[in-house]
Amino acid sequence: MIMRGPRQRNRFRVAPREGAGRAARILARTSATVSLALVMVSALAARPALARAQPAAHGSDSAARVVVVASKPFAESYLLAEMFAQLLRAHGIPVVQRRGLGATEIAFAALRAGEIDVYPEYTGTGLLAILHERPLADPRAVFTRVEREFQQRYGIRWLPPLGFQNNFAIAVRRETAQRYHLHTLSDLARAGSTLVAGFSPDFIGRADGLPGLERVYGWHPRTVQALLPAVKYRALASGAVDVIDAYSTDGELARYHLVALRDDRGFFPPYQAAALVGERLQRENPRAVAVLTLLSDRLDDSTMRQLNERVEVNGESIARVAAAELQHLGLVSGGSPAASHTAEAPGAPRESFLAYLWDRRATLAALTERHLLLVAVSLGAGILTAVPLGMLLEWARGSASPVIRVVGLLQTIPSIALLAFMIPLLGIGVVPALVALFLYSLFPILQNSYVGVRDASPDAVDAAHALGMTTAQVLRLVRLPLAAPLIMAGIRTAAVIDVGTATLAAFIGAGGLGQPIVSGLALSDTRMILSGAIPAALLALVVDAVLGGVEWLVTPAPLRARRASSAHS
Amino acid sequence: MSRASQGDDTADMKAASAAALRAEAVSKRFGVVVALDEVSLAVATSECLALVGASGSGKTTLLRCFNRMVVPDGGRIEVNGIAADELNPIELRRHMGYVPQDGGLLPHWRVRRNVALVPMLRGQSTPASMADRALELVGLPANTFAHRWPHELSGGERQRVAIARALASNPEVVLLDEPFGALDAITRAELQDAFRDLRARLAITTVLVTHDLHEAVSLADRIAVLHHGRVEQVATSDVLLSAPATDYVRRLLERARI
Repeated sequence: MIMRGPRQRNRFRVAPREGAGRAARILARTSATVSLALVMVSALAARPALARAQPAAHGSDSAARVVVVASKPFAESYLLAEMFAQLLRAHGIPVVQRRGLGATEIAFAALRAGEIDVYPEYTGTGLLAILHERPLADPRAVFTRVEREFQQRYGIRWLPPLGFQNNFAIAVRRETAQRYHLHTLSDLARAGSTLVAGFSPDFIGRADGLPGLERVYGWHPRTVQALLPAVKYRALASGAVDVIDAYSTDGELARYHLVALRDDRGFFPPYQAAALVGERLQRENPRAVAVLTLLSDRLDDSTMRQLNERVEVNGESIARVAAAELQHLGLVSGGSPAASHTAEAPGAPRESFLAYLWDRRATLAALTERHLLLVAVSLGAGILTAVPLGMLLEWARGSASPVIRVVGLLQTIPSIALLAFMIPLLGIGVVPALVALFLYSLFPILQNSYVGVRDASPDAVDAAHALGMTTAQVLRLVRLPLAAPLIMAGIRTAAVIDVGTATLAAFIGAGGLGQPIVSGLALSDTRMILSGAIPAALLALVVDAVLGGVEWLVTPAPLRARRASSAHS
Repeated sequence: MSRASQGDDTADMKAASAAALRAEAVSKRFGVVVALDEVSLAVATSECLALVGASGSGKTTLLRCFNRMVVPDGGRIEVNGIAADELNPIELRRHMGYVPQDGGLLPHWRVRRNVALVPMLRGQSTPASMADRALELVGLPANTFAHRWPHELSGGERQRVAIARALASNPEVVLLDEPFGALDAITRAELQDAFRDLRARLAITTVLVTHDLHEAVSLADRIAVLHHGRVEQVATSDVLLSAPATDYVRRLLERARI
């Protein structure tokens, strides 16, 4: 009945404001959902952080706190970090390792943030890449400079150098060297611009790289190709390029019978390797710092080159090579129970790939589980945020395109850059990885939710309003079910992006299937790369298929039939 | 608010207040376009009023003022003597049937659920059987049609379902917006017959928007001709045909060859 008594008419008098009130309630409910999602993310993300903190609480005296030893993603760094770890363990100091952290920026940011305690670094890198100062020729001058500046600026300490330098080197194939009579960089300049160079992007850009080389030696290669370090050696060996930048201690130099040209004008600044120790470890565990200094001045250039060769060329396990060398140096006793369990140890060379995977099934299962966790949590939070936000934008269409554009901008930030930005805020490990993946998942879900809800059968939506559905009922009973297929398509896209991007989480120590990829790239071990890449690809297919099934389930039956027929036509 | 212009004829006043629906000096603009310009008319209880006019005449806008899908900028809409802006719009709409041109069926709901929509929204106890009864009313046997999806229906069947949905909870008022406009001539004639038959049986207050003067003449008790947001004439079809009030109405009749 439309006729109302006086009491009800009073209620009706406030009716004009009813619409706004309802909208406000929907808004409040949606924002509650969003904040719930964020709380969930942080709660789930905090779990691994708590797990990490636990060993610290384990023993009451601070000396028993676990020392976090990290490395950058290349073989020598892995090996040195492994030696640090084994040495500390041999002295009864508990250690956890974080291998293959991104690059200098990520490893150093993690050290400053106190997320890691020590990692091997090079004085030249400290001077040029961190302090952004001009190169100096004298190794001792460089060390003195970085030692003082790091202590003053960051409270971070360079332990006395390990004894070898890992400088930039310019390498050519032996035939090239013979043909053009190349021994020094001056020879190279004389040979002129007939040679094709393949340099790492890093080297092409930095002052102590190609620009300086051109200036000091007057050498200009015919063309310069940017090559990732992982493929540089193979490109040179196969003849695709003639000259590459290398590191003087690389095992690969021997593996591919390359000639490193002598820097006869002393252009390349010295890169002495040393342990870089964070502020907290110095304060809380001076004994660990003292133990680490036992390695100072014990590894010379040829020793390091041989060790790298054993790992990179002979495929020996890092743990074994490190243990043997520590014994050889008399720093640990025989029998070495201190060797780390290295998940990424290279396999026996003749093993088939399937056998290789089978041997690593437990590790791979754990990595897959972690990978899935990263994807599930970030995607779940993405859904809980972006779907309600999409509804909200449908209601406030004016703000839709700016909001979607801003969220879309997030998508354009390179993953590694986003991960690096987060270290000062969130440290390393699972937390920043989840936040980054969450941010990447937002755009496709938001875009599809908004468009799906906006474009849901306008006639049906109008009729539903006209017959007395409330805004919330129209959303729940009409717009959402009709938008479901499109929303699910957005979720599928986000999931596949997430599975792929999650491999990069390994660069900030979050684990997952990116870990064997990062290690494999560092160790030039194709099988190891594939042991992460293939499961990751399969995982993407499986996740997409499962979500495809969900999409089918949430699609209202008549729309399903129509979609199928339109797909056939 | 133009209460002053309400007139001094007391008999007129009484007639107006007895009206089921009433528009009084209702104006509405969309941007610079004037859709309704001080429109006044009344629909008596159980009467069928046709709103006739060309596209852009304001007929649909006026129709949607009655269920508050459009809020007028000026003037007053009354439903059973109560100002519409004092009524809860949701409640108001649940008590008015509505049939759009395209049927507006929810594509993801089967026919029975579509028809049961308003009884369900009103929390009535037996929406499904109310839906089935409404389907029988519009000539669609429930056992054949209740389980179909909207896309499995012909155009005419879809409009019948839309009418059944408008009637399912026995409303006092039904608003129809060109309900037969998109149908072929034969189907349209069938539905018009069915509509006349329903009107004879149910005596619901009805507002029918159409651009087809023939349809208005054959289905409505009275006809309101709208032109550029103004009412040209409101009259029974006999009066309209014999004494067109304006040149526009006369031209309209000539063009329709009535």
